[in-house]
Amino acid sequence: MSTAPALPGIDAHPKLSVRGLYLSFDDGGKPRPILDGVDLTVEAGEFVCLVGPSGCGKSTLLHVLGGFLQPTSGSVEIDGEEVRGPDPRRIFVFQESAVFPWLTVEGNIGFGLTHLPGRERAERIAHYIDLVGLGGFERAFPHQLSGGMKQRLEVARALAVNPDVLYMDEPFASLDYITRMEMRRELLRIWQRERKTILLVTHDIDEAVQLGDRVLVLSARPARIRQTLEIPMPHPRDAGAPETIRLRSRILDEIGVAKNI
Amino acid sequence: MKRIESILWAALGGLAVLIVWQAAAAQSAVLPTPWKVVRGFAELARKGVLVDYTFASLWRVARGYLLAVALALPAGAALGYYAGARRNMDLLIQILRPISPLAWMPMAVVWFGVGDAAPIFLIFLGAFFPILLWTAEGVRTVPRAFLLAGRNFCGSHSAVVRRVLIPAAFPKILIGLRAALGIAWLVVVAAEMIAVNSGLGYLIIDSRNAGQRYDLVIAGMLLIGAIGLILDGALQRAEKLKFFAWGFRHDANV
Amino acid sequence: MRRLKPLLPLALLVALWQLAAGRFIPTPTAVAHALGGLLASGALIKHIVASVFRITWGFLLASLVAIPCGMALALHRRWRLTVNPLLALLRPLSPLAWTPLAVLWFGVGDSPAIFLIFIACAPTLALIAMAAVRSIKPAYVNAGRNFGLSNVQLLRRVIFPAAAPQILAGMRTTLAVAWSVLISGEMLSVNSGLGFLIMDARNAGNRFDLVFAGMLAIGAVGFGIDAAMRLMERTEMMRWAQLR
Repeated sequence: MSTAPALPGIDAHPKLSVRGLYLSFDDGGKPRPILDGVDLTVEAGEFVCLVGPSGCGKSTLLHVLGGFLQPTSGSVEIDGEEVRGPDPRRIFVFQESAVFPWLTVEGNIGFGLTHLPGRERAERIAHYIDLVGLGGFERAFPHQLSGGMKQRLEVARALAVNPDVLYMDEPFASLDYITRMEMRRELLRIWQRERKTILLVTHDIDEAVQLGDRVLVLSARPARIRQTLEIPMPHPRDAGAPETIRLRSRILDEIGVAKNI
Repeated sequence: MKRIESILWAALGGLAVLIVWQAAAAQSAVLPTPWKVVRGFAELARKGVLVDYTFASLWRVARGYLLAVALALPAGAALGYYAGARRNMDLLIQILRPISPLAWMPMAVVWFGVGDAAPIFLIFLGAFFPILLWTAEGVRTVPRAFLLAGRNFCGSHSAVVRRVLIPAAFPKILIGLRAALGIAWLVVVAAEMIAVNSGLGYLIIDSRNAGQRYDLVIAGMLLIGAIGLILDGALQRAEKLKFFAWGFRHDANV
Repeated sequence: MRRLKPLLPLALLVALWQLAAGRFIPTPTAVAHALGGLLASGALIKHIVASVFRITWGFLLASLVAIPCGMALALHRRWRLTVNPLLALLRPLSPLAWTPLAVLWFGVGDSPAIFLIFIACAPTLALIAMAAVRSIKPAYVNAGRNFGLSNVQLLRRVIFPAAAPQILAGMRTTLAVAWSVLISGEMLSVNSGLGFLIMDARNAGNRFDLVFAGMLAIGAVGFGIDAAMRLMERTEMMRWAQLR
C-alpha cells in the first residue's frame, strides 16, 4: 500500500488549514509567546507527524487545533469551516490516558454513541473492540488493563464516533518499547483501513519517520514550523533502511541535536 | 489584581450575610442584631472572660492533643511497620475506634470529677485514633524502593527510620494530625458544655441558661469558629511547606 | 492458632477491665447483663432507632444541599470567591456550639438534633465536593467536551462520576464526626437516643453498667454506619480511585 493519495477533488478545501496561528500566555503581566505564526495545511486522509524539542509547544498547538484553547490570533479551519471548540468529528487522544476509569471497556467505547439506538450501538462497540483486539475484556475496568490495552481502548473510543480527524498527543509515550512498536503497527493498520486524517505529536523521531506521510519539525519555543519533510516511502517501512536513517539524521540536524554521542 | 478581586467578592459575601442576619434579627424577638453581638464581645472583653475562657479552652486542647500525639505517633509507626502487629491489633482498634469520644463523657465525669482532667481525657481519646491510623497508613505505604535506597545509603537501622521512613510517611501523618486537631476542638467545646465551668463551650451554654443572652452565645460561637480556623490554618500551612508538599501533589502516589 | 491471635489483645483488655472493675467501673459480666436487659425490654432498639433516624435525616439533607452546591462552587469562580470564605469560617465552628440556637429555633425533639447534624456536615461536604470537582484530571473534562456533551451531560456523565469516589470518601469521614456530634447533642437536648441513654443512666442512679452497655451500642452502630459506607466505596465503579 502506498502513502495516502490526496482524495480526488470533490472538495475545494483542504481538510485542515491553519493560518498565522499565534498564541501567548499571560506571564505575570507580560505576554509569553508559545506559538509564533504557525501555517499548515493537511489533506484528507493524510498522516502528519509533528516533532520538536521538548517543551516547544507542540502539544499546545494540538490543543489549539482541537479547539480546547483559543489562539490569540490566526485561524484554524476544517473543511473550510472555522473551529470554535471541541467537536465529536475531531477526536483528541490525550497524552495522559483519558479513558474514564469509572466505565468498563464497553462503556468507554460507547461513550460518544448515546444517540444511537441500543442495537446499533452494541454492534458498533463490538466492531471496535474487535478492531483493537480487546475481545474478552468487554466488561473489564481500565485499572484491570495493561498500559497498551488502555491506549488501544482510547483509540477505539475515538474511532467509534467515526471522526474524520484524529489528534494524537504523544499517545504511546508511556508505553514500553515493544508495546510501543506494536501500537504503531496497530495504528497504521487502522489508518489504512479507516482512512482518517491523523495529526500525531511525538518526541520520538523514529515514530515520526515510521508513521508519517509528512513530518513537520517545530522550532524551540515559541514554536514555528521550521521544516517539512515528505516521506514518500511505502508501508511497511524498515527502520534500518538507509533511507530511514538518512531522514532521521536530517530531523535530528533540524532540531539541533548532535547524533554522535 | 486577582487578590483584590477575591477580597472584593469575599467582602460581598460577608456583607450579604450581615444584611440577611440584620433583617432576620429585626423580625425576631430573641435573635440579636450583629451590632448587639459586637457589644457582647466588648462586654466579654471588659469582664475579662474573653481571654480567660479562650485560654482555658486552648490549654485543655493543648494538653489532651499533645498527650495523644506522644502516644499515637510511636504506636502508629509500630503498627505501620510490623504487619504482624497490624494483623493482631486490628480487631481491637475496630472495636474501640467507633465509640465516639463524647460517649465517654458520663464516665469521664465520674472518674475525673469536675475539672480539667475529664475534658483532657476526652480530647485525648478523640485525637488518638486519627493520628494512630494515619501514622500507620503513612508508614505502611512508604514505597519499598525508598527503604531499599535508604538501607543502601544510611547503614544503620535507626538512620533509615529517621532519614527515610519518617520524612516519607510525614505527609500522611500530617493529615491525621490535622483531622485530630479538628476533632479535639469539637470535643473540647462539647465537654465544656457539660463537664466544667470555664472555657468557650461553657460560655455559650451558660450565657443561654443564665438570662437568655443570645448576643453572648453568638459572640462565643464566632470566637470558637475563628480559633478553629486559626488552628486548622496553622496545620494547613505546614502542608504547604516545600518539604512536605510532594505528598499532597496529585501524581505523587508512587 | 494464628487465627486466634487477634483475639489475644481483646482478651487482655477484657481481663484488665475485670481487674479494674470496682465502684466506678462495672464488671464485663454486669455490662453484658445490662446489654441483655436493654435488648429484652426493647429500650435499646428504641434508642438506636431514634439516633439512626436523626442522623439519617440530618446527613441526607446536608448531602442533598451541600454536594450540589459544592460542585457548583467548583465550576463558578465568582460564587466560589464569595462563598468559600464563609464556608471556611463555618466549618471549624464546632457544631455543638450551635446547640443553644438549635434549641431556640427548633424547640425540643428531633428537629434540633437533625439541625445539629446538618450544620455539622453541610459546610464540610460542600468543601469536599468542591475540592473533588476541582481535582478532576483536565483530560477527562476535555475528552467529554470532545465528544460533544452539553454542559448538563458533562456534569452527569463526566464530572459527577469522576468526583464521586473522593466525595464518597469525604462523606464517610464526615459521617463519623456527625455520629459523635449526635451523641453529645442527645446528651443536651432530647430525651431519647443513645446519647440520652448513657447520660440518663448516669444521672438517674449511677447505673454505670447501663452507661457501658450504651457506649458499646454507640460503637456498634458507628461501626455499622462506617461499614455500610465502606461497602459503597468498594463497588467496581468507585474502586478505580483507590487502584490508580
